[in-house]
Amino acid sequence: MDYGFTTAAYVVAAVLFILSLGGLSGQESAKRAVWYGIAGMALAVAATLYGPGAGNWLISVVMIAIGGAIGWVVAQRVQMTEMPQLVAAMHSLVGLAAVFIGFNTHLELVRVLAMDEAARAALDGFAAVVAHKTGVEVTILRVETFLGIFIGAVTFTGSVIAYGKLAGKVDGKAKKLPGGHVLNAGAAILSVVMLGVYLQSGSSLALIAMTLAALFIGYHLIMGIGGADMPVVVSMLNSYSGWAAAAIGFSLSNDLLIVVGALVGSSGAILSYIMCKAMNRSFISVILGGFGGTTGPAMEIAGEQIAIDTEGVAAALNDADSVIIIPGYGMAVAQAQQSVSELTRKLRARGKTVRFAIHPVAGRLPGHMNVLLAEAKVPYDIVLEMDEINEDFPSTDVAIVIGSNDIVNPAAQEDPNSPIAGMPVLECWKAKQVFVSKRGQGTGYSGIENPLFYKENTRMFYGDAKKSLDALLPLID
Amino acid sequence: MKIGALTEIFAGENRVAMTPDSALQLVKLGHTACVQAGAGAKAGFSDALYAAAGVEVLPTAAAVVDAADVIVKVRGPEADELAAMRDGQTLISFFWPAQNAELLEAAAKKSLTIVAMDMVPRISRAQKMDALSSMANIAGYRAVIEAGNNFGRFFTGQVTAAGKVPPAKVLIVGAGVAGLAAIGTAVSLGAIVHAFDVRPEVAEQIESMGASFVFLEFEATQDGAATGGYAAPSSPEFREKQLAKFRELAPEMDIVITTALIPGRPAPKLWTEDMVRMMKPGSVIVDLAAERGGNCDLTVPDQKIVTDNGVTIVGYTDFPSRMAAQASTLYSTNIRHMLTDLTPKKDGVIAHNMEDDVIRGATAAHLGAVTYPPPPPKIAAIAAAKPKPKAVELTPVERRAQEVAAFKAQTRNQVALLAVGGGLMLLAGLYAPASFMAHFIVFVLAVFVGFQVIWNVSHSLHTPLMAVTNAISSIIILGALMQIGSGSWLVVILAAASVFMAGINIFGGFMVTRRMLAMFQKS
Repeated sequence: MDYGFTTAAYVVAAVLFILSLGGLSGQESAKRAVWYGIAGMALAVAATLYGPGAGNWLISVVMIAIGGAIGWVVAQRVQMTEMPQLVAAMHSLVGLAAVFIGFNTHLELVRVLAMDEAARAALDGFAAVVAHKTGVEVTILRVETFLGIFIGAVTFTGSVIAYGKLAGKVDGKAKKLPGGHVLNAGAAILSVVMLGVYLQSGSSLALIAMTLAALFIGYHLIMGIGGADMPVVVSMLNSYSGWAAAAIGFSLSNDLLIVVGALVGSSGAILSYIMCKAMNRSFISVILGGFGGTTGPAMEIAGEQIAIDTEGVAAALNDADSVIIIPGYGMAVAQAQQSVSELTRKLRARGKTVRFAIHPVAGRLPGHMNVLLAEAKVPYDIVLEMDEINEDFPSTDVAIVIGSNDIVNPAAQEDPNSPIAGMPVLECWKAKQVFVSKRGQGTGYSGIENPLFYKENTRMFYGDAKKSLDALLPLID
Repeated sequence: MKIGALTEIFAGENRVAMTPDSALQLVKLGHTACVQAGAGAKAGFSDALYAAAGVEVLPTAAAVVDAADVIVKVRGPEADELAAMRDGQTLISFFWPAQNAELLEAAAKKSLTIVAMDMVPRISRAQKMDALSSMANIAGYRAVIEAGNNFGRFFTGQVTAAGKVPPAKVLIVGAGVAGLAAIGTAVSLGAIVHAFDVRPEVAEQIESMGASFVFLEFEATQDGAATGGYAAPSSPEFREKQLAKFRELAPEMDIVITTALIPGRPAPKLWTEDMVRMMKPGSVIVDLAAERGGNCDLTVPDQKIVTDNGVTIVGYTDFPSRMAAQASTLYSTNIRHMLTDLTPKKDGVIAHNMEDDVIRGATAAHLGAVTYPPPPPKIAAIAAAKPKPKAVELTPVERRAQEVAAFKAQTRNQVALLAVGGGLMLLAGLYAPASFMAHFIVFVLAVFVGFQVIWNVSHSLHTPLMAVTNAISSIIILGALMQIGSGSWLVVILAAASVFMAGINIFGGFMVTRRMLAMFQKS
């Protein structure tokens, strides 16, 4: 029951966690990095169980075992296309755990404050830590607890809604209750008022009222964000879950919690920033939901969408020397990654250059497409980022757009009035020929017309992506 | 009026200036046509064919000269041919007035009207009568055929059961009409074709024909637009650069076709003797500029020679004539178009409009006066090439200054940020107890480390990053573990629930990350 030992274990665990995140800079080192993370987590849990403040070992171990088993099974069964909703669901667990722990702290505080001196001296564990706090420290503790619960609650409902949207259980369109952001602001103000009340009185009611307000904010905030912005939302929630852990760490005076919470929080924040930059939008405008208002009428689109059949696409592919494939969310929806991989394999076997162009916000999760292509055994060295490949389109024979829309929309560059004007896009229309695999003529998630579909060198390859590609495969020889 | 075509008297000339087909078109303009007997024989047009087309076949040249108002020919007139013409007659043929000043004087004295087909200005409207281009096209094609005839290998590379054949490497010097035609022919035969021209703007045309442009690093490249699309003489420095490039290429090339001509000058010497020596035995040089002295030092006009090191040099000057039927068809069409312009009302009356750019340009003598050289045409042949916007090259000093300025700005920002941050910290430190500050320092440092570490994460690993940070964020289990030993049953229940949820997260998060990462593989 030595403090020194626990702290030492925490230092080692913190280093392991940092190495774990740092190792993700490359595919090969990432495989090692996961083990660092696992080792760090095991060490941290063991040291805490062994260290001061822990009790009820049996319950702890049983609970970890049951939870672990469930997590294991879910992780084994989940399909790679369902990755975004899984990550969102797991965030909600962290958020809820943060809320519970925050309430626990509050309950302990109430209990300890109600005791007399003699009883306090007899306490051990976390209660003892609380008991030794001075007046100012108790106030700070209350602020920390309050913050932890608030962030945890927002994360919880936000993640549940994000999960629902990603899993298709909640309508993906941006939706707001009447009153819009005023409601959010009202709930936030209510929370601040409750903080004042709580600091004054330490009343549980104030805490519960704030929790309800925070739960509402999480729900309403994410409901108001459209499906196309989900990569930002998921990484933002990731960031929140980190900050919640950090706040809890403060209230429990646990440095490891603070360190790891801060790591996760900052990593999520950076990811959100990268995603926003890739869409040329400010974080605020994403959070406030929907695309900003346009300044004028959108450019008229001339021409028509010309369809092409499987034979036509096959002929063009057989003639092409270089092919770039641009996958999007549609590929994930149609589960077409295996067919895409097979197509790639066949084309490469015929000596053609086949590469993938990945827009930073393709899909519903940062790096979503990379994971799907990796699952389908597409070698990662032919999967390139937007900046790496954008200049190569003019020298490319065929570009195939599979289920992506906004990220290949030339209006971003050509039409200053477009809602996505200025967003960096993959310039696939510069290729000699473009095939767009798409289910129908409708617009994409953002509801914006795509002039690419009307370009002279574009042919529409209508139909479910997987079925279209499977029909195409036998014709490639 | 009556248009008459003479038999070419130049030795080896097989072409004819009027074909039965073109004669039919002339009749539509209101003219009548006559031809000297046997004029088209070498090009495959018999007198019978002419007669069938309604052309009067006259037995001798003198008879044609007597009967016709306008004489059409291919080659320029010999002195006695010119002398035999009637005063005031019109002659349409190649003339090369710059080289044939005396003949031109004589023609003016006889007040002949000379329309020189080689002087047709290079403007879009005149393309239909641009005989130089149509002949050059044939020459370019024929040059490749002649080269192939003298070259002992395939043009195209082949892998056969009997061994591998490397593709022929062809260098075309000068990408005018003949050069481009040669490129097209050589490419379609399967050779690897390189082409060079002093005008950088033709690089695009060369590449469009399927050859690769031999690029020369040189500052003051000329703008072909100023000279009506023709090449102009180049500076000695440029020439040196060019020759150095050719020396580099010479040993690799199997076939070299030179087509470099500068209007009104002898052909530039571009393929020197030492380059010929460097070439492999069996290589072929076709010099399309042989008539003007040749681009190659060793070219002998009108002959095919083989050098000591086994390089064949073809110096024929009569490539179009070697394809007389095709050449005559095209040339007679050019002549017919010229006559169309000269007969604007299609009434058989020639109106020699000296205000017309094309007619004025082509007319070398008219109404007893020498009208060569013509004034510059009113319309520029080719729009001047737009100066390419150049990225402003910064001098090292400027670049250094910029770097310093950027560095200073960065420093200012950082210092300001640090000052503000530090101030806030101090403020917090004044009020917060030491126990809080100790944790706070840890927090700030961890945020910093997080920022530094995450920037390096590669794009494709963002999803694994999310999964792993998700797993790590279940570190919150520590909090629950610390509270689970509490005396309050409510706390124990909530803590147990938290441990349970965090447990799902830890195992689920790490498992899923491992699954994802295991899938990434290199090709």
